[in-house]
Amino acid sequence: MIELEGLTKRYGDKLAVDGLTCTVRPGMVTGFLGPNGAGKSTTMRMMLDLDNPTSGTVRIDGRHYRQLHNPLRTVGALLDAKAIHGGRSAYNHLLCLAQSNGIDAVRVREVLDVVGLTPVARKRAKGFSLGMGQRLGIAAALLGDPQILMFDEPVNGLDPEGIHWIRNLMKSLAAQGRTVFVSSHLMSEMALTAEHLIVIGQGRLLADTSMSEFIAQNSRSFVRMRSPEGERLRDVLSGAGITAVPAADGALEVHGEDAEHLGELAARHRITLHELSPQRASLEEAFMRLTAGAVEYHAHPNHQARPPEAGWGADWQKKGS
Amino acid sequence: MTAPTPMPQQQPYWPGTAGPDGYVSPIPVREATLGDAVKAEWTKIRSLRSTMWTLGVMLVVVIGVGTLVAVVLAARASGTADRTSSALDLGFIGVLLGMLPVLTLGVLTLSSEYGTGLIRTTLTACPSRTRVLAAKAIVYFALTFVTTLVANTLVALIDQAALGGHTDYRDTAMDWLRATAGVSLYLSLLGLLALGIGGMLRHSAGAISTVLGLVLLPLILAMFLGSFRSLAAKLVEYSVPAQLSGFYPAANGPGGPGAGISLLIAAVLTAASLAGAHALMSRRDA
Repeated sequence: MIELEGLTKRYGDKLAVDGLTCTVRPGMVTGFLGPNGAGKSTTMRMMLDLDNPTSGTVRIDGRHYRQLHNPLRTVGALLDAKAIHGGRSAYNHLLCLAQSNGIDAVRVREVLDVVGLTPVARKRAKGFSLGMGQRLGIAAALLGDPQILMFDEPVNGLDPEGIHWIRNLMKSLAAQGRTVFVSSHLMSEMALTAEHLIVIGQGRLLADTSMSEFIAQNSRSFVRMRSPEGERLRDVLSGAGITAVPAADGALEVHGEDAEHLGELAARHRITLHELSPQRASLEEAFMRLTAGAVEYHAHPNHQARPPEAGWGADWQKKGS
Repeated sequence: MTAPTPMPQQQPYWPGTAGPDGYVSPIPVREATLGDAVKAEWTKIRSLRSTMWTLGVMLVVVIGVGTLVAVVLAARASGTADRTSSALDLGFIGVLLGMLPVLTLGVLTLSSEYGTGLIRTTLTACPSRTRVLAAKAIVYFALTFVTTLVANTLVALIDQAALGGHTDYRDTAMDWLRATAGVSLYLSLLGLLALGIGGMLRHSAGAISTVLGLVLLPLILAMFLGSFRSLAAKLVEYSVPAQLSGFYPAANGPGGPGAGISLLIAAVLTAASLAGAHALMSRRDA
């Protein structure tokens, strides 16, 4: 269990993390979401006592990180896969970490096996690909068989097979009763792995909710209707007490009615329909609305909905799910 | 490296149990100590090629130059040679050059961790800055002292064997101790000083330049202080090369304040440097 209380980090006059209070619970994957620059990495560094908070505290199972005698036995973290010395072999990198926490060297071979790096264990890490470096970082996190695991953007640089592997890994770690805390800037990634969500924007807590609740609240469903007789369709719908909202492309969007009912209604009035499709707003969209609001609230109080940052969610839309 | 690595098998990877308060690891927990940190730092320092290179260069330079000087002088030695100086003096030239890799390794021991970002992994594994710094200092000091001691003793024996017969100077036990253990201790202390500077500056190139500046600047400054003779003389006397020469029996060398005082000065400066590194490591974000 990780407890954050009023965690704040100020760089000069910029608040990177602003009074963050939340709890990360064991037995599930908790997703830590926010756009780039929202303060996720800073928060995670403060959790590990690498950066000193300006104010506020972090408690790991009730203790401060510096009070842990064998930190790797309690918390395993992958913050930055590049935080290694390229001249050292994967084996020696893990060995020195194990030794510093009084962990048996046998364990080094075990974790190398788990992440599939045994064949290159004696090679210097300098030559590792991004994905291999990521796996070495995961091996280091697993070294102490810890109760709490923290991963900062773990799927970065992994191929689809690697991404699939890490999703299952995180789920199985959580299923064993561990606390798994994963940051990401991709809602779609979290939708597949996380049971709980903590969303931040501009260093502020925007949402702390279960995944299912987030979906229920944010993915509105509606029916799209398109007809050559748009005006008549609208009249018929309003005649039946149904509100239709015109969409940009001339179609109508109807909320709170099912498609069957709307189709039958149109048929009764002999209106030709070119489209009658139930829709679901994507989570990515909901997430964008949530964080864009935060960005707007803090930085551009005079503007209406600001377009999200470039690249935000683009990855997800490409996948088209 | 682009060679494909086999995908790890999906398997339950260790038999821990989900207890009422979350996961319980089957691996017994033993409280980590300073000894564990020292072991880890030893693994780190021995697993890098840069360590092998810097200490290798030091050994080659100290032993090579020391031997070369002895061989050349022995070949030319005749009845007209200076019969008042000690053969031990000949080790000085090699040590002067061998000091540079020793100082470089000192700086790199801490600064390279900042340069690569490894320090964040190190501090995650061992959040006590005191323990990390102490372990690094112990391992570096022990390794440097032992290797320089081996080099200095070897050179002293070679020089003595080659030229001992050509001089009337009789080395005392104290002369031997100063030229071997004394010099090694002095070099190792300077190396620790460099380690502290590496920790304060966190930038390898900058810290190495600073250390070399500290070693050479007094001599260079003295050259430009012609009108302040007493100050120039003091700067020369307390420059690192002059202090180092004070460890050798030579009575007519540039001369320093003497081995005992030099060691004391080095110890005080080293303590200050390590204290500074500790203070900054504790306060700054990693």
